Amino acid sequence: MNGAHDMGGVAGFGPVVVEADEPVFHAEWERRVLAINVAAGATGAWNIDMSRFVRENRPAIEYLTTPYYAIWLAGLEHLVVETGLLTALELATGEALVPPKPVKQVLAAADVEERLLRGWPTERPVGFPPRFEVGAAVRTRVIAPATHTRLPRYARGRPGTVHAWHGAHVFPDAHAHGHGEAPHHLYTVRFEAKDLWGPDTTADAVYLNCWEPYLEATS
Amino acid sequence: MPHDDHDHDHEPGSALSDVELRVRALESLLVEKGYVDPAALDAIVETYETKIGPRNGARVVAKAWADPAYRERLLADATAAIAELGFSGRGGEHMIVVENTPEVHNLIVCTLCSCYPWPVLGLPPVWYKSAPYRSRAVIDPRGVLADFGVTLPAGVKIRVWDSNSELRYLVLPMRPAGTEGWDEDRLATLVTRDSMIGTGLPSAPGKAPA
Repeated sequence: MNGAHDMGGVAGFGPVVVEADEPVFHAEWERRVLAINVAAGATGAWNIDMSRFVRENRPAIEYLTTPYYAIWLAGLEHLVVETGLLTALELATGEALVPPKPVKQVLAAADVEERLLRGWPTERPVGFPPRFEVGAAVRTRVIAPATHTRLPRYARGRPGTVHAWHGAHVFPDAHAHGHGEAPHHLYTVRFEAKDLWGPDTTADAVYLNCWEPYLEATS
Repeated sequence: MPHDDHDHDHEPGSALSDVELRVRALESLLVEKGYVDPAALDAIVETYETKIGPRNGARVVAKAWADPAYRERLLADATAAIAELGFSGRGGEHMIVVENTPEVHNLIVCTLCSCYPWPVLGLPPVWYKSAPYRSRAVIDPRGVLADFGVTLPAGVKIRVWDSNSELRYLVLPMRPAGTEGWDEDRLATLVTRDSMIGTGLPSAPGKAPA
C-alpha cells in the first residue's frame, strides 16, 4: 500500500537524532510489547507479513506520530481480534468473557531459546526455475496496490540489474492477506542511484530485494 | 524519533498511561486464555536485553578480520558462517554480509519498517526505526553519515542496502590500521554497532581498551 510507512526519499523529517548510550528498552511497557509480539506470533494465529500490514495500515498521521512499540501494540490489538484470539469487548474491558480459541502452539519458557535460534526461515522449494539470471537487465513493475507490498514507491518502474538470486521465498504480498505462502524466486536488484533520483543523490547504488512478480525483463 | 509522554517512568501510585493500561490488558488476557506463557515473556525480554546484541556481531567481524578463511566463508554464505559462532534465527534467518573497501562503503536501512539483523546486532536503536533515517538513507547517505559525524573521502562510492525482505544485512567494516597481531578478542573491542550498520566506522586502536 502507498502508506506513510513507505518513506524512502521523502523530505522533511529532519536530521537523524542519535541517543547516546541508548538502552534496549525505554520503559517497561516496551519490554512487554516486544515479548507479547514474539510469543503471541509464535501461536501461528498470524504471520509476520500480516503483522507488518496491520502496522503500516494505521492512519497515516497516527503512524507518523506514534512511538514504534505503540504501533506494534495497536497492530497486536487488531490481530488478536481479527484472528479471534480475543473479542473486542474483552480487549475493552480487560476481562476474559468467552472460552479460548484453539491455537497451533503455545511457546513455553523452556523452548524460547531454541525457538528463537531456529527462527522462521522463508526459503521454500518450488518446482519452477528462476526467470532471471544474475546480470540480467530488469525493470520493476509499476504497481500501487491497496494491499501489502514490499516494493517501495521509489523503486517502481525503474531499471536495474540482477545482482543475486536467493531461491524462492514466501511472497509477502500474498502471505499478508491469508493467500498462503505463494513462494516466488527472490533476487537482489542493483539500481544505479541516478536511475532512482536523477542527479540529486549522494548514493552510488541502491540494492533492493525483489520477488519475481515485481520484475519484468527489459529488451 | 523522540519519545512522547508515554515513555515516562511513573512514580509509584501515579496514574498509568493509556498505552501502559492497554499493554497490561492485552498481556493479562493472552495469559489468562492460555495463548502465552508468562514465563516465556520474561525469557524473551531477558534474551534481547542481556544475551543478544552488537557484541555478537563484533565477534563475527573480529573473526573475519583475523581469519581469512572465515572471511571467505562469511562473504560466501553468511548465514552458515555466523551460525558457526552460535548466532542464528529470528530476524537473521537469511544473512548477507557486505564488505567495505577503500573504494566502497555500505549502508543498511529498512525504508518500509525496521528490518534489522537481530541475532548479530540485537534490537534496533530508535534512530534506525525513525522517519529521518528511513527516508534519507536511500537518497542522501552522505547527509545521513554527516548526522553521525562521519565524513568519507569524496571518491568513495556508497551502496545502500534496503532490507525489504527476510534477507538481513551486516556490514563488514575495514580493519583499522595499527592492529597487526591483535587477537579476535582485542579486535572485537574496536567493532562498534554503527560500524556494522554503516553509519559509523570502527574505533581507532588508540581509543579502545587494551
